[in-house]
Amino acid sequence: MPEQLVFAMEVFLNGLMAGVLYALVALGFVLIYKASGIFNYAQGVMALFSAMTLVGIMEGQVPFSHLINAMLGTHVHHFGWHLPAVLGILLTMVVMVGLAWLVQVVIFRHLVNQEPIILFMATIGLAYFMEGFGDLMWGAEIKKLDVGLPQGINLWIDETTFNIFDYGFFIDNLDIVATIIAALLVGVLVAFSQYTKQGRAMRAVADDHQAALSVGVSLSFIWVMVWSVAGFVALVAGIMWGTKSGVQFSLSLIALKALPVLMLGGFTSIPGAIVGGLIIGVGEKLFEFAIGPIIGGATENWFAYVLALVFLVFRPQGLFGDKIIERV
Amino acid sequence: MKTKLITAALAGIMAAAPALADLTFASLSYRTGPYAANGIPFADGYADYLTLLNERDGGIGGVPINLLECETGYNTEKGVECYESTKGEGVLAYAPLSTGITYQLIPKVTADGIALHTGGYGRTSAKNGEVFRNVFNFPANYWDGASVGIKHLLDINGGDIAGKKIALVYHNSAYGKEPIRTLEELSKKHGYELSLLPVDHPGQEQKSQWLQIRRDRPDYVLMWGWGVMNQVAIQEAVNIRFPMENFIGVWWSGSENDVMAAGAKANGYKALTFHNVGNNFPIFDDIQKHVVDTGKAAGAGDQIGTVLYNRGMYNAMLLTEAVKTAQAMTGNMDISQAEMIKGMEALEMTEDKMAALGLPGFGPSFSVSCQNHGGDGMVAVSQWDANAGTWSLISDYQQSDMSVLQPLIDADSSAFASENNITPNCN
Amino acid sequence: MFYREAGDFKTSYQDDNQTFPIKFDRYRYYFMLFVAFAIIPFMINDYWVNAVFLPFLIYAIAAIGLNILTGYCGQVSLGTGGFMAVGAYAVYKLMTMFPEVSVLIHIVLAGVITAGVGVLFGLPSLRIKGFYLAVATLAAQFFLVWLFNRVPWFYNYSASGQISAPERTFLGEPITGPATEAWAAYLVCLVFVTLSAIVARNLTRGSLGRKWMAIRDMDIAAEIIGVNPLGAKLSAFAISSFFVGLSGALFFAVYLGAVEVGEVFGINKSFLVLFMIIIGGLGSIFGSFAGAAFLVLLPVFLKNVLVGGLGWPTDLAAHLEFMIVGGLIIVFLIAEPHGLAQLWRVTKEKLRLWPFPH
Repeated sequence: MPEQLVFAMEVFLNGLMAGVLYALVALGFVLIYKASGIFNYAQGVMALFSAMTLVGIMEGQVPFSHLINAMLGTHVHHFGWHLPAVLGILLTMVVMVGLAWLVQVVIFRHLVNQEPIILFMATIGLAYFMEGFGDLMWGAEIKKLDVGLPQGINLWIDETTFNIFDYGFFIDNLDIVATIIAALLVGVLVAFSQYTKQGRAMRAVADDHQAALSVGVSLSFIWVMVWSVAGFVALVAGIMWGTKSGVQFSLSLIALKALPVLMLGGFTSIPGAIVGGLIIGVGEKLFEFAIGPIIGGATENWFAYVLALVFLVFRPQGLFGDKIIERV
Repeated sequence: MKTKLITAALAGIMAAAPALADLTFASLSYRTGPYAANGIPFADGYADYLTLLNERDGGIGGVPINLLECETGYNTEKGVECYESTKGEGVLAYAPLSTGITYQLIPKVTADGIALHTGGYGRTSAKNGEVFRNVFNFPANYWDGASVGIKHLLDINGGDIAGKKIALVYHNSAYGKEPIRTLEELSKKHGYELSLLPVDHPGQEQKSQWLQIRRDRPDYVLMWGWGVMNQVAIQEAVNIRFPMENFIGVWWSGSENDVMAAGAKANGYKALTFHNVGNNFPIFDDIQKHVVDTGKAAGAGDQIGTVLYNRGMYNAMLLTEAVKTAQAMTGNMDISQAEMIKGMEALEMTEDKMAALGLPGFGPSFSVSCQNHGGDGMVAVSQWDANAGTWSLISDYQQSDMSVLQPLIDADSSAFASENNITPNCN
Repeated sequence: MFYREAGDFKTSYQDDNQTFPIKFDRYRYYFMLFVAFAIIPFMINDYWVNAVFLPFLIYAIAAIGLNILTGYCGQVSLGTGGFMAVGAYAVYKLMTMFPEVSVLIHIVLAGVITAGVGVLFGLPSLRIKGFYLAVATLAAQFFLVWLFNRVPWFYNYSASGQISAPERTFLGEPITGPATEAWAAYLVCLVFVTLSAIVARNLTRGSLGRKWMAIRDMDIAAEIIGVNPLGAKLSAFAISSFFVGLSGALFFAVYLGAVEVGEVFGINKSFLVLFMIIIGGLGSIFGSFAGAAFLVLLPVFLKNVLVGGLGWPTDLAAHLEFMIVGGLIIVFLIAEPHGLAQLWRVTKEKLRLWPFPH
């Protein structure tokens, strides 16, 4: 087999894995958009905030320590405990549910029935607020996040492919774990929305707010729930990306990676987010591999958008989006 | 809108608070934003050293120091705002701490007659003091870094790297592209093969670049990275099992922040540096005693001795030494902005001076002149020991290859001079 | 009492159609112009110009441009930063290629070039709508920034990859480069802002503006009543990009003087200008000004109060600044979802009836 083809296969596989990570971020957007029509710009900041909270709780950091020290002249930094990851994740989830509730009560309850662009704007305000709040609460330095996920090359794949192609493929263990977790997450979400009472209520709300309201579904409960689930998805994404790079401000920029995925998959479709993520991941990696060296590299950022754009010209509602029906 | 203008007017009045002390420095720091993790220790070191001088010695030559800190968030517009809001206060020297802001400020400081010091960043060709009269970038610049990086490779290869493959992983911005021309020139001289791998901002996803490195198997990888790009690159290098001792970062890719996330496997990673690392210097006892214990530290006090803290401290130290030089030259303790520039041009750092400051062997010995605003371009190599959790120098300070760099500097600075109608001179 | 139509008789169609039908408004407008042109230039210093007025005026032009596209024509765009970069690089290339031509002409030409690029990237809008289009314009944003960073021709092969504005004069007075006086830079921007606002205002209430609004409200219905969607959408993209390009050119040449594309014209800029028009008010020229003022002046004001006034550490102040800006955006949206312009409109309605509201 020609060498370039083998390389391309490796790039393809890695693209799939990267795509899973993009999809994970995109999933949070889709959940909220589907249930409440809000395009949640703050999703990236939520990932950052949840990861910071997780590290803070696990390491026993005193929240707002900098502010307290500056105002009271004290020197408090740590409670002096180290919590296991599972407990940390549970406590972080409690925080995220609280956040979801607050967001609902303080912001979106007052903005019911507004146009999508207004709701979008409100999430921008939320993003600004949380950006400052998170830094104030946990500090702006880089934090190492270790919840015990494996990292590094997968030797089994390396050896197996070496025996077949005479060239060992590189697959990151973290990516494999991420893929498994993402698959589980999607499975759980699908099961939840298909087979539980709350899940059905959620789908009802997504279909038609007023009809759902008239059969006795509590809109505000559903919205708090959806924001909590999105918070959970943000936490998972935050853990995956944070393990690789440490928890730091740039984590909030992963939202930008999700936008082309959303465009491609459609804002309202969970399978769309997954398939879109895979297409974007593979597309940008293969393009960088094949064309990148010719035109100078670093093409991934814009290529993802151009790829999505080309798709959209042929299918304006995205791959799995609801068909746009317009009546005069 | 009118009410806003009025409120802004009030704010403007508030901003113009009178200067309290006489020797004024401005540190345009960034403790927020995407690069906050790097900005905090640097700004802390810068501030703590000046606080130390105030607390311990009552300033420089008896004149207290006033440090104006202004938050830029690494944003050029805020940097301009910071400059304009502080320039009326008789600032002796600006430390903009961002290459983008440096470029903005070069014409402004030249028009206003204020010194601009960019130690280890900024515009490389500002080394030519005949063109850039107010801008100083001693003790080393990026081209020095690239050159010494190659020298280090020559050293460990017995002086011959012909035919070796060297890859440069760089932040796809003006900063990251800095070393390319130098490395290309040097490759003609030494006969290595250079491949370029740009990483777009912010650099969280570098699978493509590192897969390519894994396929091409370069002998060495150099990195000009910044922010999250560093952590991810080092992690990916660990993942593909690239030998870490063959992976060399520039000084902005070589702090504790950058290697920590990758854990024990980052052991052996190298970085260029133009000052010493670690907290094993007498001055840290003084800082502990006079600054941290008295509660006057700029940060939490936990950054002391980290690479970036030391760099901030080193930058502040060079400036205060320039003040001392100016004071000695003029006999005037409360020096003016023009005298500060003279002092910087006459700055001479020697081992004795540093030892007297409690910083023996902290940086290279070098001297600045009117023609040469960049020092001697002395750069060393440091290495990360993951078990001990410390950086340490593994080489002496070496001078960069000026026979290659000087023509490049001359070309770039004379282009700037002709664009801006500057006649190079040293009067 | 003063703010009323009564007694203000209109005797011609021209009078009837003027922008400010109420006398008081008209005088206020002339008074504002008088203050802006004849008083402020004598009172300002470098700080006021560089930290407050220049960013405010330049962002106002960009906001007017984006408001035409998004507020009037309903096409959400996130490519503003990229288009501003086109303006900046166009003016740089023109300034260095034809140094003998006046820089003011170059700035206008940069707007024209940006208009062309805008039309190109506006083509997908014929198929793609709503948020999908917003994300599609991000393709323009990222591609343009990459292109300017990638191709050395755009930055004249300089070693650093940055572009810096050479000194150019108008009537013997430098208006770009380091020797520029504060008032000169201010006046240049002010002239461009005033002209842009007048042109935009009159375009949006003419037949072109009505076409745009018809497209915004429902494009299929608009098509049925005879609006050509191709022409309307592309003209919106062209004119919007013209203003955005103008602001990019001013941003580079007059305000910053040196620019690195990824840092200055990155995605954040696109979002910032979009935030401005949403906070200010979609579909309102006044809203563009109000939004630009809000997002430019508020951070400067907060910083000066928190750091300069209260003496807080700079990092705490910066974090709080984010929280306050975010909080205020939310509060404003809850109080008045249609932006500051709507608040202004409501106030005017009340003033008209004051002091006898019934």
